[in-house]
Amino acid sequence: MTKTRLLIIASALTLLSGCNLVVLNPSGDVAAQQGDLIIYATVLMLIVILPVLAMTVFFAFKYRSDANARYEPDWDHSVSLEIVIWAVPLAIIICLAGLTWVATHRLDPYADLPRISEDKPIDPNVTPLQVQVVAMDWKWLFIYPEYGVASVNEMATIVDRPVEFKLTSTTVMNAFYIPDMVGMIYAMAGMETELNGVLNAEGTYEGFASHYNGDGFSKMRFDVQAVDQEGFDAWIAQAEATSQMLDREAFVELDAPSAGVPVAYYGAVEDDMWERIVNMCVGEDELCLHDMMMVDALGGGGLDGLYNRELYRGLCTADDPEALFAILRPDLTDRMTEIEAALALLPPQPDALSAAPSVQARGNE
Amino acid sequence: MATETASSAHTFADANNAVHWFWGKLGWDIFPFYDPLILGTFIVTVLLAISVAGLVLYKGWLPYLWNEWLTSVDHKKIGIMYMILATVMLIRGFADAVLMRIHQALASAGILEFLPGYHYDQVFTAHGVIMIFFVAMPFITGFMNYIMPLQIGARDVAFPFLNNFSFWLTLSGVVLIMLSLFVGEFAATGWLAFPPLSGLEFSPGVGVDYYLWSLNIAGIGTTLSGINLIVTIVKMRAPGMTWMKLPIFTWSTLVTNILIVASFPVLTATLALLTADRYLGTHFFTNDMGGNPMMYINLIWIWGHPEVYILILPIFGIFSEIVPTFTQKRLFGYTSMVYALCVIMILSYLVWLHHFFTMGAGADVNSFFGITTMIISIPTGAKLFNWLFTMYKGRIRFELPMMWTLAFMVTFTIGGMTGVLLAVPPADYVLHNSLFLVAHFHNVIIGGVVFGVFAGITYWWPKAFGFHLDKFWGKVSLFGWVVGFYVAFMPLYILGLMGVTRRLSTFEDTFYAVYFVAAAIGVFLIAVGVIAFVIQIVVSIKNRDALACDGDPWNGRTLEWATTSPPPYYNFAFSPRVYALDAWHHMKEHGATAPKDGFVPIHMPKSTATGIVLAGMMTVMGFALVWHIWWLAAAGFIGSLAYGIFHTFNYDRDYHVPADEVRMIETGQSQPAE
Repeated sequence: MTKTRLLIIASALTLLSGCNLVVLNPSGDVAAQQGDLIIYATVLMLIVILPVLAMTVFFAFKYRSDANARYEPDWDHSVSLEIVIWAVPLAIIICLAGLTWVATHRLDPYADLPRISEDKPIDPNVTPLQVQVVAMDWKWLFIYPEYGVASVNEMATIVDRPVEFKLTSTTVMNAFYIPDMVGMIYAMAGMETELNGVLNAEGTYEGFASHYNGDGFSKMRFDVQAVDQEGFDAWIAQAEATSQMLDREAFVELDAPSAGVPVAYYGAVEDDMWERIVNMCVGEDELCLHDMMMVDALGGGGLDGLYNRELYRGLCTADDPEALFAILRPDLTDRMTEIEAALALLPPQPDALSAAPSVQARGNE
Repeated sequence: MATETASSAHTFADANNAVHWFWGKLGWDIFPFYDPLILGTFIVTVLLAISVAGLVLYKGWLPYLWNEWLTSVDHKKIGIMYMILATVMLIRGFADAVLMRIHQALASAGILEFLPGYHYDQVFTAHGVIMIFFVAMPFITGFMNYIMPLQIGARDVAFPFLNNFSFWLTLSGVVLIMLSLFVGEFAATGWLAFPPLSGLEFSPGVGVDYYLWSLNIAGIGTTLSGINLIVTIVKMRAPGMTWMKLPIFTWSTLVTNILIVASFPVLTATLALLTADRYLGTHFFTNDMGGNPMMYINLIWIWGHPEVYILILPIFGIFSEIVPTFTQKRLFGYTSMVYALCVIMILSYLVWLHHFFTMGAGADVNSFFGITTMIISIPTGAKLFNWLFTMYKGRIRFELPMMWTLAFMVTFTIGGMTGVLLAVPPADYVLHNSLFLVAHFHNVIIGGVVFGVFAGITYWWPKAFGFHLDKFWGKVSLFGWVVGFYVAFMPLYILGLMGVTRRLSTFEDTFYAVYFVAAAIGVFLIAVGVIAFVIQIVVSIKNRDALACDGDPWNGRTLEWATTSPPPYYNFAFSPRVYALDAWHHMKEHGATAPKDGFVPIHMPKSTATGIVLAGMMTVMGFALVWHIWWLAAAGFIGSLAYGIFHTFNYDRDYHVPADEVRMIETGQSQPAE
């Protein structure tokens, strides 16, 4: 019922401005809840804002100097009034704070969606569609790890199927925003952020970079195709049919700064591409961040770290600390048992590190 | 996939260019030959500067300017110089705004991309930097400098030379940023220069270096000025002026300067780290080698959020002086006003993360910062209610300052509401970086700071110059600003709700054109306000005899109105004794009159050229560092250090005004020397 009222308000606003206020009237459930929150909060605040505005005008009019209204030049204090002017805003802020706490937790971009839309619960058998998003100068790359395809400046989703985005950047800070679907989250180089959303109606929606990132910023836009399962399969098939493969070479080529790039597809994606992108080591001569972190965690290589990158490459973090150790501190290899015992006492690795699958394979290449 | 936009960028500032030992990165290509618009502005500006300088020299005004203004340590003259600086920069920053609005209107209508991308990006960056650092800051510093010592019955600030030095350091920052318009380029990074975009890898040119050195130098000036004003309030209040008898503007000055002293060092340190990244090859904020750009964003906002309150609190102080004066009534709830100020001061440090809810922090962190942000609206709301209840049972005179105040109360309330809205993290996810956000902060900065500045100028102008400002042109200015603000920014709120992000220079369709055109019309209405303000000043100066006033034209309540207009250079012949809040009102009620005899010599500081010389050397150093002219940078640095040390040996820094001269001035037999 509230929803209907909100819709009425939203559509009234829409009529008023003769346009589509996408933020208040989006096509995805998460964005819709975020938009509703704007209206709830506004209504709550109007409880105090409207009287203030009215009083400003009324007092200014009533107590103008030629009106000869009641004049008390020394009246400057009233305990009851003071209580009211502190307590009423406080009460409203307490309500708003409660709303904020609940809504922020419910709409946490990292959390799995609790529902598909207001009247559709989540199907426990359906896993979210995985999309890995890379912000580049100045285009978007989308990798579909479940299908082994990738696309540039266009993505597709299935209506009513939750989508789990993993975001990173190869360049400066970016924000990934599809107003119709879900609010924005930053995409940052060397880091992985996450966003969960869903689109509830078929259509083509707009997405773009919403954090200024230099020269080609205005042109860093993409289309989101929200289609049914069949349409999605067709889209995937169309991408798979492309002969281009997203390997390390193709990635580096794509990564060179360019703007206004036309839509393109990659029919295949090289293994562990995402880990390399997040760890900033797609290029030929780059040491992966997690390898670097491991080097540092084990006492660091000092300047050697720069010169010996070939030696370190491919030695992975959690899998083979001994090999790395043998290079870094050959003098200590005989004390390996002690060191392993000490390492076991370390707190568990943060998610980002342990989630990165083994790069052992690369070591064996 | 060649970059069409990047190809238009020029190469003069390429980091790979060889650095000449004498000229650094300077070359003939630094001048804006590539862009007729900038070149034209450049030529006009140079001609204008030459003619102004020529006029000053020809008329023989230079000695007067040098002796009475540029080297003056008088807080009132320094205050006025801050105001002039801010007004000039307001026009520059506003010109940038006009360019942006025209560009977006034309580009969104698909007619023309008026500015090339690299220029547009510099324009919005310069607009933000100039409006915050070199318009809003000098305006509030000017007010605090001029008014606060008078309100507490002091003869000057605690460290008069330091005050002069702070001003010239601010000007040094201004000189660098103005130079960047014509010599080289300015940053194209957005006003807070977020890395990695502002790092060497993504911004190899000199633009960010201009930004860094300009703000580094000006920031030191602001910090020093903050220390100075705090000490002045703590140590130099008139006898009897206990803390709870402090005028509310002075309270807001104290709180503001505590914020300055606690937050500007954070800015300086943050910019120093970024400077190290760009000059010394460190990796604090780079993507690789262990750098972390998120750190910069946290640090800059730990300064940046208190900065918002640094701008608005003195303005609250100004309104808290204006409302009682023009309602002819005591300020309602003085005590709660003071506590509200202090609460805001503390809370302003606990909210910085609300500028980047979207960076991916967890729900607990985001809700915490969202809720602390909302809590600030409680004391802020209390202040609004206090002004309202001051009007209640008052006798309101609708003079210009009061009209600005009413415009503020309505506009700022709306801006505050959209601000609380943005403090709800999930709402921020859809509104962050959008034009809704742009509309919000202009709503509070124009509706708050700018309206407050104009209210303050029209309120205290008679005090500073002895004549009123013209009321007709003041009303035109008010009309232009208020109506212009709503016409310019309400469409931006709507665009924000339509999902349009900020800083766009090109548009795919003409869908949004009508809103951008409306906003452009709004900016022209504001232009009417700006021009009317200038006309108001010119007209008032011409009619100054007809507009002349005595020392207390508004029937004021605080001590600055106890002096003549303009006040004598020593402010008060005797330190006033304070018995009540609203000390001057209390004196008038009890029929106190200024003593006409018994004058004693007054101890005053002497003018000094050290401030201008030191700041001049630091400007040279900053310029040299921007262009990698290392020998000149070293010379500027060593020179300023040496001159600073030399100055400490100058013992001829004060004098006594003879009692006779004081008597002549106080009894009206002699005009105080200008």
